[in-house]
Amino acid sequence: MKHLKIDNLHVSIGDREILRGLSLDLPTGQVHAIMGPNGSGKSTLAKVIAGHPDYTVTSGDILFDGESILEMEPDARARKGIFLAFQYPSEIPGVTIANFLRAALQARLPEGEELEATEYYAKLYEKMDLLEMPRTFTSRAVNEGFSGGEKKRCEILQMAMLQPTFALLDETDSGLDIDALKIVSHGVNSLRGPETGMLVITHYQRLLNYIVPDFVHVMVNGRIVESGTKELALKLEAEGYDWATEPEAEAVGA
Amino acid sequence: MSDTQTQLDIDREKGNFRYDVDYEFDAGTGLNEKTIDYICDVKGEPDWIRQFRKDALKKFLEKPMPTHWASHDLENIIFDKIRYYLSQGGQKPKKTWDEVPEDVKRTFERLGIPEQERKFLAGVEAQFDSEAAYSNIKEAVGKQGVIFMGSTDALKEHPEIFRKWFGKVIPTGDNKFSALNSAAFSGGSFIYVPPGVKVSHPLQAYFRINAENFGQFERTLIIADEGAEVTYMEGCTAPKFDTATLHSAVVELVALKGAKIQYITVQNWSNNVFNLVTKRGLAMEDAEVKWIDCNIGSRLTMKYPGVVMKGRRARGEVISIALAGDGQHQDTGAKMVHAADETTSNIVSKSISVGTGRATYRGLVKIPRHLKGCKNNTECDALLINTSSRTDTYPAISVRGTGNACQHEASVSQVSSEQIFYMQQRGLTEAQAMSLSVNGFVNDLVRQFPMEYSVELKRLIDLEMEGSVG
Ligand SMILES: Nc1ncnc2c1ncn2[C@@H]1O[C@H](COP(=O)(O)OP(=O)(O)OP(=O)(O)O)[C@@H](O)[C@H]1O
Ligand SMILES: [Mg+2]
Repeated sequence: MKHLKIDNLHVSIGDREILRGLSLDLPTGQVHAIMGPNGSGKSTLAKVIAGHPDYTVTSGDILFDGESILEMEPDARARKGIFLAFQYPSEIPGVTIANFLRAALQARLPEGEELEATEYYAKLYEKMDLLEMPRTFTSRAVNEGFSGGEKKRCEILQMAMLQPTFALLDETDSGLDIDALKIVSHGVNSLRGPETGMLVITHYQRLLNYIVPDFVHVMVNGRIVESGTKELALKLEAEGYDWATEPEAEAVGA
Repeated sequence: MSDTQTQLDIDREKGNFRYDVDYEFDAGTGLNEKTIDYICDVKGEPDWIRQFRKDALKKFLEKPMPTHWASHDLENIIFDKIRYYLSQGGQKPKKTWDEVPEDVKRTFERLGIPEQERKFLAGVEAQFDSEAAYSNIKEAVGKQGVIFMGSTDALKEHPEIFRKWFGKVIPTGDNKFSALNSAAFSGGSFIYVPPGVKVSHPLQAYFRINAENFGQFERTLIIADEGAEVTYMEGCTAPKFDTATLHSAVVELVALKGAKIQYITVQNWSNNVFNLVTKRGLAMEDAEVKWIDCNIGSRLTMKYPGVVMKGRRARGEVISIALAGDGQHQDTGAKMVHAADETTSNIVSKSISVGTGRATYRGLVKIPRHLKGCKNNTECDALLINTSSRTDTYPAISVRGTGNACQHEASVSQVSSEQIFYMQQRGLTEAQAMSLSVNGFVNDLVRQFPMEYSVELKRLIDLEMEGSVG
């Protein structure tokens, strides 16, 4: 079992503090969901774990199996097994999905070793079938001109190909229609297992019907104010976040 | 320079290098009538060429530097200090492969340059060993009646065809540098393809890089007779050692009725070189001239391949990629002169500026009022890698008359930090992410290059990008 441990993390952008003492322990084999109002810092958390250069960690730590990864470049973290399915994936004009994923997998091989092309394509097609993506997708440029839903599906395809140890899914459900939500959830579930830990950020309880989490955390104002099982998501759906933004509720996370 | 003291100057960062060799023929520095006499004597040229050169010299001296529109860096060319003719004759260089520094060898390795070419490029072999391959090609196409030889030989052996077109597409006085080339030219290719002959394999400028000095003032003339088709390729992506800092070539193409010429260039100059080239094609009725051009390196490149569409339904096309590295200026573009009805032209230009590199696009499209049914499409896209990178676009489009159409699109983009982060998040290093983005940017154009060139180009971009980050 491996652990991704967020330890009393404080993160700022400029002189504005966004994460204000956040702690979380994600072991492999578990799925944790994070819910919280807009602007509470959910994406920030995901990006900081991935090593986004815009954010400054002012105190606290991120530990991958007991080892701090704060000094690691984003690509080194990725190769170590951290994957982020972006809320807003970037477009890479002119670079096809097939070439991009190939380069990403090649980057994980020791120097001098070449990715086996036929095996690669076999795996790519298998994962595309799983996500019910047409083959023609491979020759399209990454996210260029993709619909919102296609972008999200493409993120999960990449995750399926790269087989991360820890996957952070940032609002993967937004922009998906009901059918796509089922397909993508099915794809995500097929990657669940004792070797993988997942952090699923969402606004909708609905997703959690498909990807059933082991724990649900409520994030408000840069902190986790409440943690519980999946029933917590139902409470949020019914009551919103008002109760959680009460001063005494805030104290829970502190 | 004595034999034992041959030296190798290396810019370790770029993999460029310079290697001093001994020359059997050396016209000395500066250009005057005596230099021209020396060149004509050494090359055994006919009198009409001697006169042609001398007339050109006059024009060259008369013409001002085009600094009213072009880079003032041109003023740093000191014409009196340049050697205008150098030839190794039959001499063998005295350098051995073992003496070539490791990093230079590595650069070749990484670019995937074939073994034989490496030796030549490193200056340890005067003759390119594919001379034999060239003879085979020459013989094969010779059976179809194709003439393929150096221009120096052609003007002596085939004066009737040579003289008819030489200097006709690009007159001596077209610009200061075409005049310079006309005065001092040596090296370059001559190709004549007879009517209806379609040359199946691209002809390559192999012999170009033998005894005669690296085509400092190359002169190439290609004529495709009625209905003929030919593709010509020049250059390679390896950084070239150079003995001269001024390169000024002239290339003239003539596509007669229904003929097709495709001219492909990939050049990678070391960053002390001024590369000032005039290239133009003439397309007669139903003929097509297509330039595919890739410029990398150099201190300043000025190159605007053009097509004069003189016959009805003639077509002109320029596809170009320019990569301006740190401290370099790529001033490139295209000229399309429509001179008959229903002529069409297409320009697609992509440039990449890295570090303090600067890419300039200059276009000229002319469709006069009296013509009907002419079309031009121009697309130019620039990619800036660093905040210090620069690009400028000067499209001069003059489309008159009501029955003519012109479409122009330009874009400037940057590889965003979000895009790089996204790619890094998938495990690519910053440099890998950068080169993948750049390769993506030029991808649709690179596909138009022959396979071996596109592979080399990709590697070269990787190499350039490694230096641009971090
Ligand atoms: N690069 C940035 N520059 C400036 N402010 C930022 C930046 N990134 C995040 N913020 C700010 O930090 C706060 C948290 O943003 P974040 O994107 O993490 O919220 P979120 O919880 O993911 O919201 P949503 O549910 O809308 O996706 C917001 O107020 C946002 O404006
Ligand atoms: Mg968010």
